[in-house]
Amino acid sequence: MKLKVEGRIWKIEKEGKLIDDIDTDMIYHNKYLHILDKKEMAKYAFSNLEGWQDFPKMAREGDIIIAGENFGCGSSRQHAVDCFLALGIKAIIAKSFGAIYKRNAINSGLLVLECKDIDKANLKNGDYIEINLENGEIKKDGKVVAKTKPMGRVQTAIYKAGNLFAYAKSL
Amino acid sequence: MPTIIEKIFQKHSEDKVEVGKEIWLDVDLRTARDFGGANVVKNLLENYEGNYIDDPSKTFFTFDCNAPANTIGYANNQQICREFARQNGIKVFDVDRGIGSHVVMEEGLAYPGITAVGTDSHFNILGAIGAFGQGMGDIDIAFVFKTGKTWFEVPPTVKVNFIGMPSAPWTAKDLALLCVKELKGKVLGKAIEFYGEIIDKLTLDGRITLASMVTEMGGIIGFIPPNKEVIEFCKNRSKREFEIIYADKDANYEKEIDIDVSKLEPLIAMPGNPANVKRVRDLPSIKVDSVFVGSCTNGRYEDMKMVANLLKGKKIAENVMMKIVPATREIWKKMLYEGMIKDLFDAGAIVSHCGCGGCASGQIGMTGRGEVQVSTSNRNFKGKQGDGDTYLASPQTAAISALTGYIAGVDEIES
Ligand code: SF4
Repeated sequence: MKLKVEGRIWKIEKEGKLIDDIDTDMIYHNKYLHILDKKEMAKYAFSNLEGWQDFPKMAREGDIIIAGENFGCGSSRQHAVDCFLALGIKAIIAKSFGAIYKRNAINSGLLVLECKDIDKANLKNGDYIEINLENGEIKKDGKVVAKTKPMGRVQTAIYKAGNLFAYAKSL
Repeated sequence: MPTIIEKIFQKHSEDKVEVGKEIWLDVDLRTARDFGGANVVKNLLENYEGNYIDDPSKTFFTFDCNAPANTIGYANNQQICREFARQNGIKVFDVDRGIGSHVVMEEGLAYPGITAVGTDSHFNILGAIGAFGQGMGDIDIAFVFKTGKTWFEVPPTVKVNFIGMPSAPWTAKDLALLCVKELKGKVLGKAIEFYGEIIDKLTLDGRITLASMVTEMGGIIGFIPPNKEVIEFCKNRSKREFEIIYADKDANYEKEIDIDVSKLEPLIAMPGNPANVKRVRDLPSIKVDSVFVGSCTNGRYEDMKMVANLLKGKKIAENVMMKIVPATREIWKKMLYEGMIKDLFDAGAIVSHCGCGGCASGQIGMTGRGEVQVSTSNRNFKGKQGDGDTYLASPQTAAISALTGYIAGVDEIES
């Protein structure tokens, strides 16, 4: 497992504040649910979130998303995870996650990390950060700026294996 | 001492159940709906070679989101599921049957104490009968179809005590909206147990309404300990004995929250946020374009009856379009045989085929920009039911608003 993850950040904010309660319809609207091809899904990430409709064009492989409370609340659609994986998003750090969203992300191998104080970390869009998955430390320019909640036993194991199916084969 | 969820989990797991720990859970009932179902099939085909289903007798497809399919996407996905089901000996409750989480109760496949999962974020509705239900994504569900198991982090339980009894007219939906308002942010990722005199008074249909909105409260599931009516219903339907799981008196709740319901009255959630709840009577006069009665929250027989009683012999206001969608075919049949369909039709309403209907851009259409809709559904996030503004309210408030043409509560109508 790569114990260090680094990347450029996108703070999903409005008027300088991280947006709370971004639901699965804002991430991936139900009108695109029939799509089965992940590459196609990438085009619609955040396409129903005011101010962020252009996200798929701006995001680059390896980027990290930062969001507020209850990220991914709403429906159980996997598309809302897959669209980010297809864009190459490496991790999502949020103050908290909707429970189903968190599972879906873990099962797909998308790194999701909880950090209550992420808005106090003094980060700007475009900054590069480094996350240490062992101790949860988030660093910018070599300095610790925040700390995430440690990952659970199964979450770590699934992440190491790649996804839930790969993990199941190792059981 | 263990809470309800901890007891149910311990009966279904070899791991020691402790709050915060991830355990492996045996799943009794495994379902996928037309929403997500095709992706479940895709995951199975991509990741396994043959032998896709652990136990076909415990595995079902339920088509409800778009029933019958009115987009080519849904139609294709339903057919993918049907063909996979035929090849693998899985029963399909097809587009004729209604909302999956309700069908499994009607069919007696869900009963107190079981564990169940589906590709439906309101599958925790089964808390209404004291069973553990959980909505999951298509990877999770594919894994459960194949192995019969899932992993789960044991959530802490919050005990909610309702204090007092309302003196004003109230419905289970008003209680559910009050809970979304009061509990939002306090129960995120937690299980809930509901207690109080008002709970004892709730019928099975009312319990379904309350349990269905635990998702909007942010909770994992809300358990309502079964009463006699629920036990009888589940016995009749499942034709089997089951153990009813109650919490111990001194169960280890993370916290207790008291909610005073003595002043409960008709409530309404403002567009865009189910937790932005106000008293109906505090709203200014707002003209209504359309009304939707249905969904897993309020598509039950009692909801239909309440609306039919209010509308019988009257006409809905001019320029109001009213769409009514019973949750299941069984409810539809009762409405037909009891003459409710005629009453609703004569009042000017559209009664559609059962299912989710208007809830998630289903078969009954969406709202247009600027359209004001009063809906009995559970969610009104922007865009979910179209581009219009959706208010969430009880069937009672919805029916009265349809009659008056503006958002109105029970005190604004002459009986
Ligand atoms: S009625 Fe709406 S919320 Fe309920 S299961 Fe159907 S789509 Fe989901």
